[in-house]
Amino acid sequence: MYCLLKLAPLFLAVAVCNGWLFGDFVGKQKEQDEISLWPLPQKFQSSAVAFKLSPASFQIVHAKQSSAGPSCGLLENAFRRYELHSPLFTFEPVLLYDSDLVELQVWVTSADPECDGFPSLQTDESYELSIDEPSAVLKAANVWGALRGLETFSQLVYEDYYGVNNINKTDISDFPRFAHRGILLDSSRHFLPLKVILANLEAMAMNKFNVFHWHIVDDQSFPYMSRTFPELSQKGAYHPFTHVYTPSDVKMVIEFARMRGIRVIPEFDTPGHTESWGNGQLDLLTPCYSGSSPSGTFGPVNPILNSSYDFMTQFFKEISTVFPDAYIHLGGDEVDFRCWESNPDIQKFMAQQGFGTDYSKLESFYIQRTQSKGYMVWQEVFDNGVKLKDDTVVEVWMGNKMEEELQNVTRAGFTTILSAPWYLDYISYGQDWQHYYKVEPLSFPGTDAQKKLVIGGEACLWGEYVDATNLTPRLWPRASAVAERLWSDKSVTDVGNAYNRLVQHRCRMVKRGIPAEPLFVGHCRQEYKGL
Amino acid sequence: MTWVEVNAAPELIHTPPLRLKQKSADRTALNTDMYCLLKCSPLILAVAVCHGWLFGDFVGKQKELDEISLWPLPQKFQSSAVAFKLSPGSFQIVHAKQSSAGPSCSILVNAFRRYFEYMFGDLKKHEKSRKKVYDSDLAELQVWITSADPECDGYPSLQADESYELSVDEPSAVLKAANVWGALRGLETFSQLVYRDDYGANNINKTDISDFPRFAHRGILLDSSRHFLPLKVILANLEAMAMNKFNVFHWHIVDDPSFPYMSRTFPDLSQKGAYHPFTHVYTPSDVKMVIEFARMRGIRVIPEFDTPGHTQSWGNGIKNLLTPCYSGSSPSGTFGPVNPILNSSYDFMTQFFKEISTVFPDAYIHLGGDEVDFSCWKSNPDIKKFMVQQGFGTDYSKLESFYIQRLLDIVAATKKGYMVWQEVFDNGVKLKDDTVVEVWIGNKMEEELQNVTGAGFTTILSAPWYLDYISYGQDWQRYYKVEPLNFPGTDAQKKLVIGGEACLWGEYVDATNLTPRLWPRASAVAERLWSDKSVTDVGNAYKRLVQHRCRMVKRGIPAEPLFVGHCRQEYMGL
Repeated sequence: MYCLLKLAPLFLAVAVCNGWLFGDFVGKQKEQDEISLWPLPQKFQSSAVAFKLSPASFQIVHAKQSSAGPSCGLLENAFRRYELHSPLFTFEPVLLYDSDLVELQVWVTSADPECDGFPSLQTDESYELSIDEPSAVLKAANVWGALRGLETFSQLVYEDYYGVNNINKTDISDFPRFAHRGILLDSSRHFLPLKVILANLEAMAMNKFNVFHWHIVDDQSFPYMSRTFPELSQKGAYHPFTHVYTPSDVKMVIEFARMRGIRVIPEFDTPGHTESWGNGQLDLLTPCYSGSSPSGTFGPVNPILNSSYDFMTQFFKEISTVFPDAYIHLGGDEVDFRCWESNPDIQKFMAQQGFGTDYSKLESFYIQRTQSKGYMVWQEVFDNGVKLKDDTVVEVWMGNKMEEELQNVTRAGFTTILSAPWYLDYISYGQDWQHYYKVEPLSFPGTDAQKKLVIGGEACLWGEYVDATNLTPRLWPRASAVAERLWSDKSVTDVGNAYNRLVQHRCRMVKRGIPAEPLFVGHCRQEYKGL
Repeated sequence: MTWVEVNAAPELIHTPPLRLKQKSADRTALNTDMYCLLKCSPLILAVAVCHGWLFGDFVGKQKELDEISLWPLPQKFQSSAVAFKLSPGSFQIVHAKQSSAGPSCSILVNAFRRYFEYMFGDLKKHEKSRKKVYDSDLAELQVWITSADPECDGYPSLQADESYELSVDEPSAVLKAANVWGALRGLETFSQLVYRDDYGANNINKTDISDFPRFAHRGILLDSSRHFLPLKVILANLEAMAMNKFNVFHWHIVDDPSFPYMSRTFPDLSQKGAYHPFTHVYTPSDVKMVIEFARMRGIRVIPEFDTPGHTQSWGNGIKNLLTPCYSGSSPSGTFGPVNPILNSSYDFMTQFFKEISTVFPDAYIHLGGDEVDFSCWKSNPDIKKFMVQQGFGTDYSKLESFYIQRLLDIVAATKKGYMVWQEVFDNGVKLKDDTVVEVWIGNKMEEELQNVTGAGFTTILSAPWYLDYISYGQDWQRYYKVEPLNFPGTDAQKKLVIGGEACLWGEYVDATNLTPRLWPRASAVAERLWSDKSVTDVGNAYKRLVQHRCRMVKRGIPAEPLFVGHCRQEYMGL
């Protein structure tokens, strides 16, 4: 049943009261009208006292004490967005109730509100929200916390049976449990039109995700348009004009994400998963041999040529300027050694270097030489013993022996994020969100210091079977389960309660234009309007 | 006939296999032969080679997308490398002089417009382009209806003749069909033959096609009770059905969770039984629109009003219709199936189905009859008394049969035929000769087909095609590989299998995800039911289906991808 964290009795009282005042039909609607926060805040107190919000007079404003003002484009944008999200903002004659909530004051407390900055791993996303008449106050150190608080505020507003917007007297003090809460989208196996990426950034903000892990290129296609090496997309994309991300597209994604407090971490996976790179960059890939002659096929990046490293140096120099985030994901997963093994030049190099026949040493040799600014890598890079910088983030993705891996990575002192239990491309019949929800990222054996090194996780939607036609409903609200696991307190594990809130949260997403699929039988008051 | 929902499906994802492994597995599965359409592979290959040879590498990539990609594959097909150009400015679809149909045949005029837009709609509205006729222009497609009655204002039926002949040659292509239903199928085929060459010009190859469906009943089941499906979604899926030559929309319109059908006779049914009495109902005009939209595409609409089980939502609007369940000696407040011992139940059904039989023009109504839960009947003392009086002992399936038998008689009196789920047959209910029995239980499916046809009833198969059961990977291949007549039986028995249905039950789908979940997975079923039995090459099907799904996308249907790849024109919606 309905019972939010600390305040179950009062909430139940409201529900009972509603059920008692109105007839049967109303009872059916009731469920949808109740407050339904997602992800659940850390501390939450609410009372049955409700205030009305008049669409004509209610405003979101900068608090007088706030270090941010009307020149803070990021907040102005967010104010507008959340006003549009609100259920009704049509113009009506002004009619003040006794108990009107006239404004939400947004109070940014630190000297630098970071209006023009980018979110980072160190960003403080905490906020405090107090709703009381005549004004609600949202207090945060900087704009990033304010963004999270605005989303929460918008989730507190509900329509009563007369269609009037209400909000209950509420106090919230909130912060994320994990700092890195990501979604991986893959724009190589299928090209994802800009529109799809932007819609999903919107949905991410509704779920308080803060990292867009952009698996932008891979074997199948190279849609990233590089200024330095335009041939990469010219020859490696599915189509050189219609299926590429131009520099301005990339900028737009980054800015759209920034406005929502979302970091964009691009992944340029090497030395494996690079077939599409070879089309535009001669001699970058290793020629595979069949017997004593080249077979005409190519393998991973050729690790024995200086030209490969020259290319990577220039390429990643561009990447590090295009993408403002302090981290780049360098991939490093699933390197297939067969092609290297077949190539006589590589064999010779192996002997020279004294690697014997251990090709993971060659892989390490390559990775070692391509390191750039801050970076993330898939777990194999750690497993193969590559020497990593201290601030490297290791992403654990293999479901098999996941806990052992977490233990090893953190014991070695590296920060890590978890994606193994959240491969959302693996679909099955039924409510699989519950499986994602029930994962406890810190359940592996280890010291407190080790557990602190787990800084978050990612829901990954690999692109084999998704494109613009089905990506969004496949991702949402299944990824929402991961969102709550990564934001809310460890103790928030009641699946029944989560179900009730998530049903409403998905209807809220639908209402805001995101085609989030249903959890189970039922309906939304306002069904999806698209196709 | 949807399995009762088990709370949280058991055993979900195990350890995900490595991404790499999967990819190679998928690849080997598909790396079968190159493009080769039925009888004419050498010629087509010649064209392909020629393209590859004339243009460079990048063009080679686009080539695949330009090749002809018919779906479902016609029965007889002959094509040559000779290509004609179609100019959007001058090309026309016209009635042949000899045709019995003319400009007053709205179903055809509508279809001409539709297919013209599919073929040329994405071009900038033809600015008065300078007339420039090529030597090898295809100037028109003549549609020639041969039978005296073209059936322009009729409804398609189980007996409709959907065969057609299509001959594409200069200066005119000719599409010949007995009536509009065959013409509709032929127009779809014609539109699939048109492709863009590398200069963006529309081309069509010299082609002869003689085509007809293998099975007469090719259906899609949608469930508008577990989730309400906005009209827009239903219409879009009727469009997609026509693109795949499906001809039956099995509308599972009401069920336990909600009753969105607005009945004129019993408005309380939807007033109290729908998710919402205004926003989540199908008004009489909505229903009419669905039927007309479907008719225009040669699609029958068969509504299902499932009783006596699956009727929880009916009980909200009709007092005493459902059986009160007992807990011990007093009513528990919950209700079970329709109460089969009250005359009022039958009076209601008589009036209700009288309305249904006038609202829905098709000769068949689906009466359901599946998954009746006996526990409530067993708890009710009045029912128990009745069982004794009737001499049913404790065999409640006899009581179910008693109900169904009376219902069938009621419906038969409306001059309608009926379809039922297999349990009705299994329970030994006496059925009219023209009853269609739908086999849906996967377990012992072949035995059931044998039994049903052995008893002389026509049957359709949906057991292998429950598309709501999703899984990772290319499950369309499993649907594709089903051979419906693969059960032991005489030729006469096999003839009684008149088709099949792809069912998308509504537990987990609504407007947000229904269309991409259904297409192109249902397309696999479409080809199985239309094309010749010998059309079974999965590799060839993959290549055609990849293009067919891109064609659906281009036409505005968000059909999901089969696997890694791209469409020249990606989906524009969200």
